[in-house]
Amino acid sequence: MRYYDKLIFELSKPGRTGYSLPASKYPELQIPAGLSRETPADLPQVSEVDVVRHYTNLSQMNFGVDTGFYPLGSCTMKYNPKINEEVAAMSGFNALHPLQPESSVQGALEVYYETEKALATITGLDRFTFQPCAGAHGELTGLMIMRQYHISRGDLKRTKVIVPDSAHGTNPASAAVCGLEVIVVKSKENGLVDVEDLKPLLNDEIAGIMMTNPNTLGLFEREIGEIAALVHECGALLYYDGANTNPLLGRVRPGDMGFDIMHLNLHKTFSTPHGGGGPGSGPVGIKEKLLPHIPVPYVAKNEDGSFSIVKNSAESAGTVSGFLGNFGVILRALTYILMLGKQNILMAGPLATLSANYIKESLKDCYKLPIDTVCKHEFVFDGLINDGADKTEDGHGATTLDVAKRILDYGFHAPTIYFPLLFHQALMIEPTETESKETLDDFIDAMRKIAAEAAEDPALLKSAPHNAPIKRPDDTTAARQPILKYKDCK
Amino acid sequence: MSKIVEGLRYSDSHEWVKVEGDIAVIGVSDFAQSEMGDITYVDMPDEDEEVTAGEEFGALESVKASSDLYCPVSGVVVEKNEDLEDAPEKVNEDAYANWIIKVKMSDPSELDSLLDAAGYKALTEK
Amino acid sequence: MGTFSYFPHTEEDIRQMLDRIGVSSLEDLYSDVPPEFLFKGEYDLRDAMSEQEVRDFFAALDAKDSRLKVFVGAGAYDHYTPSVIPYITSRSEFLTAYTPYQAEISQGTLRYIFEYQSIICELTGMDISNASMYDGPTAAAEAMKMALACTKKKKRILLSRTLLPNVISVVRTYAKFHGVELGYIEAENGQTGLASLQEQLAAGDVAGIIVPGINRYGIIEDYNGFAEAVHTEGGIVIEYCDPSSLAVIKTPGEWGFDVAIGDGQSLGIPVCYGGPYVGFMACRKDYVRKMPGRIVGQTTDADGKRCFVLTLQAREQHIRREKATSNICSNQSLMALYVTIYASLMGPQGLRDVNNLSYGGAHYLHDRLLETGLFEDVFPGMPYLKEFVLKPLLDVEKLQKTLLDAGFFAALSTEEGYVSFCVTEKRTKEEIDALVETVKSLR
Repeated sequence: MRYYDKLIFELSKPGRTGYSLPASKYPELQIPAGLSRETPADLPQVSEVDVVRHYTNLSQMNFGVDTGFYPLGSCTMKYNPKINEEVAAMSGFNALHPLQPESSVQGALEVYYETEKALATITGLDRFTFQPCAGAHGELTGLMIMRQYHISRGDLKRTKVIVPDSAHGTNPASAAVCGLEVIVVKSKENGLVDVEDLKPLLNDEIAGIMMTNPNTLGLFEREIGEIAALVHECGALLYYDGANTNPLLGRVRPGDMGFDIMHLNLHKTFSTPHGGGGPGSGPVGIKEKLLPHIPVPYVAKNEDGSFSIVKNSAESAGTVSGFLGNFGVILRALTYILMLGKQNILMAGPLATLSANYIKESLKDCYKLPIDTVCKHEFVFDGLINDGADKTEDGHGATTLDVAKRILDYGFHAPTIYFPLLFHQALMIEPTETESKETLDDFIDAMRKIAAEAAEDPALLKSAPHNAPIKRPDDTTAARQPILKYKDCK
Repeated sequence: MSKIVEGLRYSDSHEWVKVEGDIAVIGVSDFAQSEMGDITYVDMPDEDEEVTAGEEFGALESVKASSDLYCPVSGVVVEKNEDLEDAPEKVNEDAYANWIIKVKMSDPSELDSLLDAAGYKALTEK
Repeated sequence: MGTFSYFPHTEEDIRQMLDRIGVSSLEDLYSDVPPEFLFKGEYDLRDAMSEQEVRDFFAALDAKDSRLKVFVGAGAYDHYTPSVIPYITSRSEFLTAYTPYQAEISQGTLRYIFEYQSIICELTGMDISNASMYDGPTAAAEAMKMALACTKKKKRILLSRTLLPNVISVVRTYAKFHGVELGYIEAENGQTGLASLQEQLAAGDVAGIIVPGINRYGIIEDYNGFAEAVHTEGGIVIEYCDPSSLAVIKTPGEWGFDVAIGDGQSLGIPVCYGGPYVGFMACRKDYVRKMPGRIVGQTTDADGKRCFVLTLQAREQHIRREKATSNICSNQSLMALYVTIYASLMGPQGLRDVNNLSYGGAHYLHDRLLETGLFEDVFPGMPYLKEFVLKPLLDVEKLQKTLLDAGFFAALSTEEGYVSFCVTEKRTKEEIDALVETVKSLR
């Protein structure tokens, strides 16, 4: 990767343009003086060549799944198949306006229907809404459905939701947006939800519990059967945070474990590209009894085999995004599901789990493994066993941040760091099923070398990365004196 | 070792109070600033806002963390330290010289439940 | 094994890996799952397909959709997407990266987001933009929450009745669960009514108002006196805008407003049956700490080189959890790249030209339709840009069906009983004439 230091604004030259439009056959626009823009927008004035070279150069400072191994925990950075892109780029789909009459979009509606049917059988839930645009948006939507369920039954005092201390940060944040008070349930020494701690928290003010299984430590919540029974007994619902669904593909279904509502991250489990942080898609699945509360609009199949859009439902939670959903992302996910089929899906979860356990077992003599047990798709180390503290003057050895920066020098993306918060030096590794044994072995070798480097010369890690386009950035100054747009640069 | 100043009152959530008549000058301890690392922003209440003992009145932010500030006494904010808006690092430089807010106390007896320097020292050494 | 192209494992690889782990089979890796939860049935999925079969499957579905000339907007505008955009956005370095947590190997993403933020600020006349939201309506919902956070003790949010219906629906949903009291500013002659606003403000407790730049009838709204009225009462003004139009109409910044939101779709993103699009949010710098979502800032690296990072993260869910400004995590980053490239290619003149063509076509269509005698103007003399509504004097269903059969998507029914039209630069004069001829056949 090569450092390139331009912004598109710095290439600008007055009078240069990068577009072509047909000649106008109409009179010039006339906007009343008081309503027209006073100062023209100072946008870049560049040629098409400038634009193409500039963004090509920018792209070359970026690391993606196609560049190399990306073991970012909780993000499921699996390979993004190229046929997905071809399908999403089909000209007909791209040209459909979201408000076109149902009769003119039967193919698009069938895409929704097919995807819903597939996700239902994969998860053991019954129906899905595709309106949520990302995982956190799905969480919020799921909680809205949960609340609407209680409200519709006149059970108005259920305004609290239980969230484990190991949960993704989005869980409590989504609960707060939904107007729910967060009650934290603790994890035990073995990383699993403490059922004894949970019991006294359950009462008639609890709307539900949000869980991810396997949890953020990559551990399967074995007592989920008992938890589900307890939660249902108190009249509350179970929400499944689907960020960690990947290891379950082909083996376990959230619906069978007693979950009533869940979201999926199509950009994780179903191979759609992450796009530098989106667009994703966070469809929410529900048990049939919650159908009256699902957001509108949604797609339904008619008796004659055609498809229609349900736009109104008296007991619906409401509408959570502009149209039916991130259609382009859903097309990619369905493509992947069709490629997997009923045969290949059986191996997806197990191979992801195999990869994670393989790395864990290959590195646990160099990195602290607080909970030494079989994991699912990911696991968490708590920093180096020997951080080389004895080799430094101030007694501070190499940290997880230093390991993460050093692994960039070896051509890998870093794992997720400092999450979950249960450990101080968390290093969360998720390899996915699309990586070969050779890739995993190369990563293991690099991580072992880094552990040896830390023991010998922690300074080498502390100054890493050494061959990325930039060295470590000054985050503190960035936050103290924010420069957030080009005009503030000087 | 973090610095503790004699003569101030301390809360167990690491705020200090200096009493000037019926005004409580409030800041955070040296221990608190060192735990936070480089402070990037101090979130402060505006003048005339009411604050309650034991409840949040603002937060310290660093690049990767945020720590709520809890008010040691109840009353009304009479001044906030505007210097910190542009230079939050002053709290790192000297946590005792750089107060955060001044509160006109509504119940000075609340001061009695705070720790003295020795008591706070014992707390930070636990 | 080895028969599925995304799974690289050979039988031997699996055996060796299981040996290292110290278990004998893949099933052993699920020994922690209670047996009753292991799925024993068969998935109701199709048999695995080859690429060729998948392509054929979608081609067949694609063929079931009608290819129509789009003459409707209502929140999704069929503007032209220059070929550079799909070319650059499909580069896998952009496409297959995740959120730029590791700044050292994510400068490409971080730089374009910084450019995007700069472009949004230029268009809206605001100081600060975030890195993107899901879409326009959810950006409006986030802005509602932000207004409450900025004004602390006030509890009510006013929505203009002239906002797009889906914006109102989404804001209402968020408000219901977040516990926000909503009020409405009634329309007067197709515009947000100042008298109605003043009446609502007099009732007190207004944290903020949300009004459209160009409204659901296509009218360019006049906000003289609005900012002053709301600021005097201690509230903030949020404008929901179509960013393409901001090249030519008065900006939220010029109106003296505080927050600008909307959907970036009109800047180079295909209509694509409703998504993915990109919400944007920009504000005055006083409110930056209350801004939801990611923000990219400039800084320097250890060698003093200019670089870019995610900043002000202490606002966000991964640090603040339930106290965060929002729950948003993934946003619509790649769609922000669409917007950035589009605005760069077009520049100020190109965007003006797009508006000029759209305006010209819309006014031409508007006048030709009135000439048919089958419609009445609803708001005569009110200024509009590319979208307008008419009152139909004929059977609307028949009108819509006839247009559909002729290959047009036009005359969208509105809640008020009007029909709505939109013309972008993609619609040629010949297409407009053909549409008018089709309508005339109903006389």
